[in-house]
Amino acid sequence: MKKKGGQLILIEVGVVIAIALILILIMPAMLSAFRLNLLGRFLSLAIVGLGLDLIWGYTGLLSLGHGIFFSLGGYAIAMYLKLQIPSGELPDFMELYGVTELPWFWQPFYSFPVATVAVVLIPGLLAGLLGYLVFRNRLKGVYFSILTQAAVIIFFNFFNGQQQLFNGTNGLTGFRTLFGANVSDTQTQFIFYTLTVIFLAATYGICRWLTSGRFGRLLIAIRDDESRVRFSGYNPTEFKVLVFAVSGAIAGIAGAFYTLQSGSVSPRSMDIAFSIEMVIWVAVGGRATLTGAIVGTLLVNYARTFLSEQFAEIWLFFQGALFLIVVTVLPDGIMGWLKNQKMPLFNRRQQIATYPTLEEDPEVQNERQNLGN
Amino acid sequence: MLTGFLEALFNGISIGAVLLIAALGLAIIFGLMGVINMAHGELMMFGAYTTFVVQNACKELGGVWFEFYIFLALIAAFLFTAVVGLILERGVIRYLYGRPLETLLATWGVSLIFQQFVRSVNWLLVIGIFLFCLLFFGGLKILNSRNILGKIRNWVVAVLLLLSLGMTIGTGNLLSNRQVVTQPWFGAQNVDVTAPNWLQEGISLGGVQLPFARLFIIALTIVCVAGIYLFLQRSNWGLRIRAVTQNRSMSACLGIPTQRVDAITFALGSGLAGVAGCAISLLGSVGPNTGQNYIIDTFMVVVVGGVGNLAGTILAALGIGTANFLIGSGTLAFLLSPIQPLADLLNFFATTSMAKVLVFALIIVFLQWKPGGIFPQKGRTVDI
Repeated sequence: MKKKGGQLILIEVGVVIAIALILILIMPAMLSAFRLNLLGRFLSLAIVGLGLDLIWGYTGLLSLGHGIFFSLGGYAIAMYLKLQIPSGELPDFMELYGVTELPWFWQPFYSFPVATVAVVLIPGLLAGLLGYLVFRNRLKGVYFSILTQAAVIIFFNFFNGQQQLFNGTNGLTGFRTLFGANVSDTQTQFIFYTLTVIFLAATYGICRWLTSGRFGRLLIAIRDDESRVRFSGYNPTEFKVLVFAVSGAIAGIAGAFYTLQSGSVSPRSMDIAFSIEMVIWVAVGGRATLTGAIVGTLLVNYARTFLSEQFAEIWLFFQGALFLIVVTVLPDGIMGWLKNQKMPLFNRRQQIATYPTLEEDPEVQNERQNLGN
Repeated sequence: MLTGFLEALFNGISIGAVLLIAALGLAIIFGLMGVINMAHGELMMFGAYTTFVVQNACKELGGVWFEFYIFLALIAAFLFTAVVGLILERGVIRYLYGRPLETLLATWGVSLIFQQFVRSVNWLLVIGIFLFCLLFFGGLKILNSRNILGKIRNWVVAVLLLLSLGMTIGTGNLLSNRQVVTQPWFGAQNVDVTAPNWLQEGISLGGVQLPFARLFIIALTIVCVAGIYLFLQRSNWGLRIRAVTQNRSMSACLGIPTQRVDAITFALGSGLAGVAGCAISLLGSVGPNTGQNYIIDTFMVVVVGGVGNLAGTILAALGIGTANFLIGSGTLAFLLSPIQPLADLLNFFATTSMAKVLVFALIIVFLQWKPGGIFPQKGRTVDI
């Protein structure tokens, strides 16, 4: 039994590496530089999808605030890129607003190691703090969602309002060099793309590891019945804070890669709409399936690019309909649906769930339908 | 200085009053069904646009009609949004009871559709929607009555969907080259509602300016709150709503038609959103994004006020509205100027958007102290 499990994991590792190699070696030959850049951006969005799946799919906490962590990661790397200037000079926008001295919190971003650590640490710590303040009081369900959503508005307002510190609405843009290489060069962009693929694979590995062991079972138990977990002697708060922090850190990494490839970061990525959009990527792919998060992100974003290239207006209608359809008709998403179809390829691993709640029990629902109540 | 403070306080209360009408609807819906309606802001926007339409119609009629169109608009906004809410509840939300997070996502989808709908609505779209509903739901009804569905149901529905979609798009293409039908009604720009003359003036009370529009909003809020209170406490349906809020399954056992209660409550809550929309159209211009500006504050009111409690909602709405305005306008910073560091801190937050940052921080602090809101629900079964 154990040996078979080991073999399956080896196969999975092999498949992941193979896909990563295809993405790194074959895709660049097939796609133009522009399309490759687009794919790279979507792959970095898939990283945030994985993080969101960890917290929504497995732990049952619907975070509508991942835009914050995504953008903070983006801002951290963008601040480093902005400071690639002779010492003593200020970033261009600061001179415009009459700032004479570099603000204190910009100072550490001169160093590359600090910036890279900040990409992970700042969003992670912020998520941990926010999570601690919310979960400590056992606020959960829609309360958590609303509070995270309000947090998005707050950060949006903050970054939007601080013209002198973060260039307000326009955000940070116009990066020039990184380690002496031109950032917008095709060669440099290809390196970013490769790194994105590697980090996506690594994030997948981490999430897979987190969700498959005891920790993952606990997360699912918290999702299905938190009170029982508490009565069994665990403290769900700690686990929830931890998983929220990890998820935030993952979002930060995604934001950094997205910023590197799109060449700008602005408060627009802290919009409510963007944060909720992330949820739909995961929902379309299928929550509580890690592959679903990646597949969903890529599918929705490509659909978006395609549809907004063809007809700009229809996209919002289409997106709204997507929310409705996924929630009502396809609650398990594409991957969940494929699994339910008993296809041998996708049915390898049994999806873990403890027990259905009363409301979702098909028998109870059936009775209710028949009773007309 | 005192007059400045009183004026700011008055403005804050009037904004709080708008929040209160909106939050009242949201709180009733949330308290009863556990549903967070993300499309609530868009229902407010619909109310505001209804006011705009009624205003234009009354402008044509002129004279006394234009002077008092606002009352007509209030009724129209209430009815229209109530009907939209009813359709929303019957069409989408009733399939999602017991799954609050899914409902949240679904209603967000609805809100996206509503926003784009307002931007691009024209006769063509209306005709298309009507035709599609006629073909699809009519066809479904016929098929259901013949009882021939059974196993192949999903396929039949899919084919029917494609067929009616195709026919709708075909008709749309045929009509699309006529200017009359493709002209958008409102477009993406903001529209302005002119208040009637008697609302544009104001009175001065000991140096404090009190515009009639804001007084009107406060009066409207009082009427709404009183009406809701009477409805919930004195009417039969109010009794049923309160019963279902307290214990759904027990009420169902005792013969209360919970589904109808849900539908009525949802329509009522949506109607209140429409009234709130009518009120905000008096305060500024109205656009497709109007709802988004208010929705978060409204949610905060519900979270701070506690669920299923009118008094909590009132206190929270007035508190948040006033706090936002006092901090945002810099009045509080000015008042606290003797204490220098505190005043400096408050000055940093003295813009409308930064005030929200501080208010949110205060709300989080407040929730550490009282996680269930101002008046939390009590009892053994409460599990928020």
